[in-house]
Amino acid sequence: MDTILPLPRLLGIYARDAWYEFLRLLRAPAAAVPMLVFPAMFYLLFGVVFAGHNAQQATWVLASMGTFGVMAPGLFGLGIGVAIERERGLLALKRALPVPPGAYLGAKMAMALLFALCIFLILALLAVGLGGVRLAPMQWLALLGSMLLGVLPFCALGLLIGTLVSAQAAPAIANLIYLPMSFLSGLWIPLKAMPALLQQAAPLWPAYHLGRLSLEAAGLVRASPWPPIAALLLFTAVCFALALRRLRRSG
Amino acid sequence: MHDRNDPAALHALAALRAAHKRYGARPALCGVDLALAPGQLHALLGPNGAGKTTAIGLLLGLLRPDGGRAELFGADPQQLAPRRRIGVMLQTGALSETLRVGELLRQTAGYYPRPLALAETARMAGIADLLARPYGKLSGGQQRRVQFALAICGRPELLFLDEPTVGLDIEARQALWATIRALVAEGCGVLLTTHYLEEAEALADRVTVLAQGRVLAAGTVAEIRARTQRTRIRCRSALAPEVLRDWDGVLDAAFEDGLLSLGVREPEPVLRRLLAADATLSALEVRRAGLAEAFTELTREAA
Repeated sequence: MDTILPLPRLLGIYARDAWYEFLRLLRAPAAAVPMLVFPAMFYLLFGVVFAGHNAQQATWVLASMGTFGVMAPGLFGLGIGVAIERERGLLALKRALPVPPGAYLGAKMAMALLFALCIFLILALLAVGLGGVRLAPMQWLALLGSMLLGVLPFCALGLLIGTLVSAQAAPAIANLIYLPMSFLSGLWIPLKAMPALLQQAAPLWPAYHLGRLSLEAAGLVRASPWPPIAALLLFTAVCFALALRRLRRSG
Repeated sequence: MHDRNDPAALHALAALRAAHKRYGARPALCGVDLALAPGQLHALLGPNGAGKTTAIGLLLGLLRPDGGRAELFGADPQQLAPRRRIGVMLQTGALSETLRVGELLRQTAGYYPRPLALAETARMAGIADLLARPYGKLSGGQQRRVQFALAICGRPELLFLDEPTVGLDIEARQALWATIRALVAEGCGVLLTTHYLEEAEALADRVTVLAQGRVLAAGTVAEIRARTQRTRIRCRSALAPEVLRDWDGVLDAAFEDGLLSLGVREPEPVLRRLLAADATLSALEVRRAGLAEAFTELTREAA
């Protein structure tokens, strides 16, 4: 059997890998800028300019643009990042080296969480400062928790993309999933305004469940948070399982 | 083909045992045996597509064999524990370009239980002056030396070097050879794949020649060299290769770079006849066939 590393050493490796992943991204910031800028831009447009002084609409836009924003780091960060590093042989080298199995993935997911946190904080500042959004402290916490949980299924989906497609195709595939899914999940226009077929298909998309969860957290709908949480975790588990199976087989 | 008497098979650090691997319908390895011993440099040679990369992939746990076994320190290579005792330099292992060399070294050394000091690794790989430079700004040869440093930073008992000297100038290659020899002398086992046969000849204790997924020949360098009985005669001469080909004991004859080149089984009778037939003959050179010639002959027979 595999000998177990002492926990401090294991944590040290995880922390170091995350730190170097952070340095790597910090030194090539161009790729990260759109992820931070677009949700804020759309918030200003729909949550401030178009909403007038309607605080409820400003809150709705915060929840749905937050959802839109936190989809990106996992989908693009892992989708494109893993595809590139798999194609250029870095992933094979990491697998040949004695890297604990979770460290590579853990570093990438930690960065996705960090980005999601930044995106949410920017949106929250805009919402409070310019949109007139007022939430109770517990509601803010619940909304933040939803956003961070929502990063996981998109990390898993990103990893699956990264293991399946070439580095050249990955950005296109990630975009092909990102924009239509955010639309079909009711983040841009309410689902009620869509054809019945699209409304019925919406529970297939993780972004739909994340959207529901954040609306509930912000107090805009009354529903139990557990069904969307369960759906998000299930989607995460399925995508991770498929991706890891694929990696073990083909490298 | 190795057998029970092969010393390498007894105390193997890593081994393939009748390993089979196919990609879809295409077989990549068909029953390959390979055993790596401590304190030996084992060269894995073969034309492109012979199965070298697949063999390494099996030993490193990047791939799983379809049949037979791959062992690393007696364990499954996909486990973490045996991989803490190896160092790896792959052919393509593009590292993060924005990270500095020192950072890459610290990161990789951190995976190992008792790594070398950073300065010591840097000195051995000849990159002490590069530590503060971003990896992406280095030349190809410098990047290769950084990859070598990553391979040795964990005090490996077994080192995998896949085409380590591609892109290195002669001086850097000689320095790398010296470091590899020192590691082998200290008891480290090395698996080397290379396209430079003179590199295998200079470094290897044992050689395994692969072609089309099978072991064509295995043994010491001298044993492989002896597989070809040929001696090479080169000289400047007015005699025509077409005529010489019909002489007794001449295996091949051609003009190469303005010189007449003869492959012969026994040099002496052919030499006597040559000198007698051409009084103007000059620039004579007689050499036992090297590893390169044995390799060419072996793989041509297999094709």
